[in-house]
Amino acid sequence: MRFGVVVFPGSNCDIDCYHAAKAILGQPTDYVWHETSDLSSYDCIVLPGGFSYGDYLRPGAIARFAPAMQAVAEAAGRGQLVLGICNGFQILLEAGLLPGAMRRNDHLQFRCETRHLRLENNTTPFTHLGERGQILRLPIAHADGNYYIDELGLAELKRNNQIVLRYCDAEGQPTASANPNGALENIAGIVNRRGNVFGLMPHPERALEKITGGTDGQLVWTSILKWWEGNHA
Amino acid sequence: MYKAKIWVTLRQGILDPAGQAVQKGLHSQGFVGVRDVRMGKFMELVLDVTSEREAAGLVRETCERLLVNPVMEDYTFTLEAHV
Repeated sequence: MRFGVVVFPGSNCDIDCYHAAKAILGQPTDYVWHETSDLSSYDCIVLPGGFSYGDYLRPGAIARFAPAMQAVAEAAGRGQLVLGICNGFQILLEAGLLPGAMRRNDHLQFRCETRHLRLENNTTPFTHLGERGQILRLPIAHADGNYYIDELGLAELKRNNQIVLRYCDAEGQPTASANPNGALENIAGIVNRRGNVFGLMPHPERALEKITGGTDGQLVWTSILKWWEGNHA
Repeated sequence: MYKAKIWVTLRQGILDPAGQAVQKGLHSQGFVGVRDVRMGKFMELVLDVTSEREAAGLVRETCERLLVNPVMEDYTFTLEAHV
């Protein structure tokens, strides 16, 4: 399985994502500069976290016009997997590859901490090794993770089972106090209708080894690889 | 040439945490009559066009394509001749 990690000016989680695919999963992985316009050779394209173009205007607003993003849209259309983490999620929203938008955190602070998340959907290529209702502990690090979508959009997300992760407390309850940024209905991660584009604010690439504080992020990366192997065996 | 002044704000009904923080700050300074504060962005664009109609079209196009996220933001603008 071949991974491509797109690097924008201002990406800062690209090395962690490369490490996840290359060292943890042991798969061929490339860094792909944002000016690349052909991503057809990658089975999974990763849009890493960071501050592409300094977050100027809005997070992800300028990155979405990079040549690589046209290629990401084409890849998504072909059914290739696209994983957007943190700033990568914001870029996918700005590009319209996922519905909704990110507002500034409701308390206006940058939050860098480990959070509980409830797995709401274990039928996606990115989460199928998990159990529905399973609680994960993953790091977050963002100032703009306050997910918003209008009522019709929210109803659509629910109808199509597109909500994948919610912020929750240690018991798995998606309470207001377990919500680190004000996101609507504690939403932390969603997929597109087809299920091949996943955006999430938490960082599964930062939770892969015990020495760095946990291994719950492996669920996402290993699910991707096993899903691909299941389809290409 | 025309100069466009563009104001971008969060849509009505969308919580504006920065505006609320500023309002609290004003209240703590005794400005209790301030009922609401909405924060936003102000942009000036100098446009190389010859008519106001063309300028308005260009502003709308730039707003809808990049400057504004229609999911959560609204915009208004004014135009003036620019020398």
